[in-house]
Amino acid sequence: MAKTPIAFSLNGMERSMFVDPGQNLLDALRRGVGDLSPKYGCAQGTCGTCSVLVDGKLQLACITLAEAVAGSSVTTTAGLADGSELHPLQRSFMDNFAAQCGYCTPGMLMAAKALLDRNPSPQRQDVVEAISGNLCRCTGYEPIIDAILKAAAFMRTRGRP
Amino acid sequence: MTSFEFRREFFADERQGQLNEIGKPTIRQDILGHVTGRSPYYDDHLFDGLLHMRCVRSPHHHARIVSVDFSEAARMEGVRRVVGPDDVPKNLNTLLSLIGFGKEDEPLLTPSKVAYRGEPILAIVAESERQARAAVQAVRVEWEELPHVLDVEEALKPNAPVVNATYPGNTFEYYDKYDHQKLRFGDVEQGFAKADQIVEGSYRMSPIEQAPMETCGAIAVPETNDRIACYTSTQALFFSLATTAKLLDMSSARLHFVGGTVGGGFGGKVDSIVEPMSVLGALLTGAPVKFMWDREEEMQVGAPRGAELWKIKDGIDSRGRIVARSFTGYFDSGAYTRLSSYAVVKATGHLPGPYSIPNVASNVFCVFTNRTPATAMRGFGITGVDFAIECQMDRGARATNMNPIDFRILNAYRDGDMKAHRRLAKNTALIECCQVVADKARWIIGSQSRTQSSLRGGGGEKAHVPATVIDEEGRIGDRRRSDVPTAPHSAGGRKRRLPEGSLRGEDVVAAPPQNPDMLGDAPASDPAASPENGRTLARPRFGPPAEVQVDRPRPRRPQARERPAIPAAPARPSTRRPLRRRTSVSRHVSGFRRR
Amino acid sequence: MIKVDTYRAVAEAEASMDGQSRYMGGGTLVMRDLNYGSYGFERLVRCTDPRLNSVRRDRGRIVIGAGLTMAECAENRDLAFLAAPAMGVGGPAVRNMATVGGNLFAPPPFGDFATAMLALDARVRTAGGEELGIEALLASRRTFRRIVTEIEFLPPPRGGFRFRKVSRVKPKGVSVLSICALLPQSGGRIRGARIAFNGMGATPLRATGSEAALEGRPLDRNGIAPALDAALQGLSPADDELATSWYRRTVAPVYLRRMLLERSHAY
Repeated sequence: MAKTPIAFSLNGMERSMFVDPGQNLLDALRRGVGDLSPKYGCAQGTCGTCSVLVDGKLQLACITLAEAVAGSSVTTTAGLADGSELHPLQRSFMDNFAAQCGYCTPGMLMAAKALLDRNPSPQRQDVVEAISGNLCRCTGYEPIIDAILKAAAFMRTRGRP
Repeated sequence: MTSFEFRREFFADERQGQLNEIGKPTIRQDILGHVTGRSPYYDDHLFDGLLHMRCVRSPHHHARIVSVDFSEAARMEGVRRVVGPDDVPKNLNTLLSLIGFGKEDEPLLTPSKVAYRGEPILAIVAESERQARAAVQAVRVEWEELPHVLDVEEALKPNAPVVNATYPGNTFEYYDKYDHQKLRFGDVEQGFAKADQIVEGSYRMSPIEQAPMETCGAIAVPETNDRIACYTSTQALFFSLATTAKLLDMSSARLHFVGGTVGGGFGGKVDSIVEPMSVLGALLTGAPVKFMWDREEEMQVGAPRGAELWKIKDGIDSRGRIVARSFTGYFDSGAYTRLSSYAVVKATGHLPGPYSIPNVASNVFCVFTNRTPATAMRGFGITGVDFAIECQMDRGARATNMNPIDFRILNAYRDGDMKAHRRLAKNTALIECCQVVADKARWIIGSQSRTQSSLRGGGGEKAHVPATVIDEEGRIGDRRRSDVPTAPHSAGGRKRRLPEGSLRGEDVVAAPPQNPDMLGDAPASDPAASPENGRTLARPRFGPPAEVQVDRPRPRRPQARERPAIPAAPARPSTRRPLRRRTSVSRHVSGFRRR
Repeated sequence: MIKVDTYRAVAEAEASMDGQSRYMGGGTLVMRDLNYGSYGFERLVRCTDPRLNSVRRDRGRIVIGAGLTMAECAENRDLAFLAAPAMGVGGPAVRNMATVGGNLFAPPPFGDFATAMLALDARVRTAGGEELGIEALLASRRTFRRIVTEIEFLPPPRGGFRFRKVSRVKPKGVSVLSICALLPQSGGRIRGARIAFNGMGATPLRATGSEAALEGRPLDRNGIAPALDAALQGLSPADDELATSWYRRTVAPVYLRRMLLERSHAY
């Protein structure tokens, strides 16, 4: 099977790897690189738990062709913290009980980051829309929405820690 | 956070001091892993040379397998092994065999006849998931379609297709005697005759898929010392371990199960299918094998909460008191038992809901149909019948022109009332809940209702087990010969009347432990010799939690004929008020883990 | 197994297409088929030509590149009337990936954006310079082997374009059906309405009965009544996991009525 070499940036570090034809980015990140933070939920782009940022834009890793990210910059939840300092979104998810089983959490965090990167002062409705592609089955949407709004407020007053 | 409040004015004398945890925020111990993406779900373990297993599944609801040709699949690129029914050492199982309940009825890989769409008949182990998928598609199966039945009432008809060969009557069998679970308390027919009016209702619930974000899956990895490690999404680690050991006929000491980080379960991750499959793959290939359901499989073959149908008939007197209530319940178990047999027992223990009704009868059926097998889900066995009961209460309120909350408070059980399954109600709080709900909803209730309390008005006459009419209709196999009425109040045949105060009609006891090593601290040589501290020996329990421990005769060796008794250990009816000296934080300590 | 070929020039990509090839736009449909192993192709064709994402005006008509994503479409001020159908597609991540061209090939419950293209009477252009009407494309889309590069249409009259997605899940769920209508008016009367449904057949389809019944009528309760009666003419929705045919036939005229009578709309 002919493999394709690709190079891309993952959470600020240069990566190069061989990908299989038709391999999706989720599989390439998890099995190829070992970044296990994006999760498998549906492999059809409907649940959002594999959400990552590609060149700053929210995408679903499970339906992104791995070789299409060659030359791009990919951000995952594993790269959200600044060293040992958690991102305000992570801190806010912790403090506001925005995770139960935790399986949707990495995707939720990426969707929230995509929102706050574009809109530092979201209204509640903006948050609802921003996570509308991310399912949570422990049905913790309310704490998640609260956590994102509180993180936004925190970041507006103090900026990134 | 969701807002909640304590109503400390209720049952204040039952608590000591302040609550230490409840009502105070506590950061989850696993939250840091969740927000950093580092929580180790089963699929977050990487293994070099990991193989992927996928199943060939039935496209039909009910069909005989005429032939299977996997020669092309076996030759395909990357295919390491084709796994068939013959590769499964003990290819027939029922989940609750671990506690001695039910007959073996479900193969891991089905050899001859499939009974639901998606039933697995063969598995392929290949080097990549895509190769496994391609090989699965290359397997040629010739099917002979059979008539199928998808409706519980249809399945009980004499000429219905036989879904599950272990249970030719299409029902689970209770106590080797009846095709349903009976509950008899008082005399419902007499109750209906005395009632001012009869209110009937029929309630249907669809199956509900748990749909966890993480699909079911497991990775089995050969370890040193001839052991297999299994990383799994299971909600029930040791249950899955024991089931795997049983199906694969291997010592559980050879299995090392790693789990506990579950990406949502809600009851859908107890059925222990992915674990034996992956372990079997690892045993046959000597390599790490992953068996993971994709989302489509999770939805199609992942066992849901089963469909339910409840028919309720109430007799209500002129004052609005329910004097008789009869239930006919049907749990759609799908093609195999899984846990539905238990749901029926659980539901029966819950009847007639939180109300004091002097005459209660129920027949509840665990029915096999050609649908996806059903299993646990969040209060299964309870939630559905509660829905039916509360809809029926609203219907009763309308029929009697009563405020629905007043109607509930009037009929609510109080501490000391005898329940239909012969337990004294205690720690009841329906009345107080109704009062608070009425306030919150700004719903005006009568002054009578306002002054009621769960602590008053119970017991006395209501603490007695009434004279009870029992029947023997619905014996196993009867329904194959002729139409037998399903409703308890329509029962024909010979009836007997048990005098007032009788605990039960026949003596059935809980299943004894299967193995001596399950008998806790007791000496293995004579497990019954020294019950410690006057406690009875640990034994697997099944059914509503035993609030009252009863001394039991010496445990016997397990016998195949024995089935757990529900209602469980009876308490001697007492007119004495139950002690309310609980100091724990909850009034509803069940001692039973809700899935 | 599968082979992936990436081209810079769309003409080259199209020239390479054969019966075993499938063109991948945003990938939201093709990748899910690939992931599930149910694909009838051996070769995946991609094109990285940035001109596929363009939006331009040409003699009063709007021309959008087939590679334009739903997010780009929703944010484009010149395409404000398409914001509702674009925002109706997926969540934010899907909208960053899914393209206008891909949506023309998306079977129900997807393809709501194509419904808008049908209502606008769009024309599509392929890499080889071929031009065809939206209805001809939709009718042949299962076997269509060329690559759509551009879609063009006349902008609708202000206030004369409406879209509604019907979903059972709030705030956002999969589409049970969608309706899009072009409602030009003259002197308070409808002239030349185009009404398109998705989810009421294998492809987006026009409700020609309703269109004819609206001709010359005002958009009020009485005026639209014959159009509602005629809404289902020629439409035969399927039973599927989301809804029965009966349900769709029952609610389609209800949602059509609400859409036609709605007073405020985004555009």
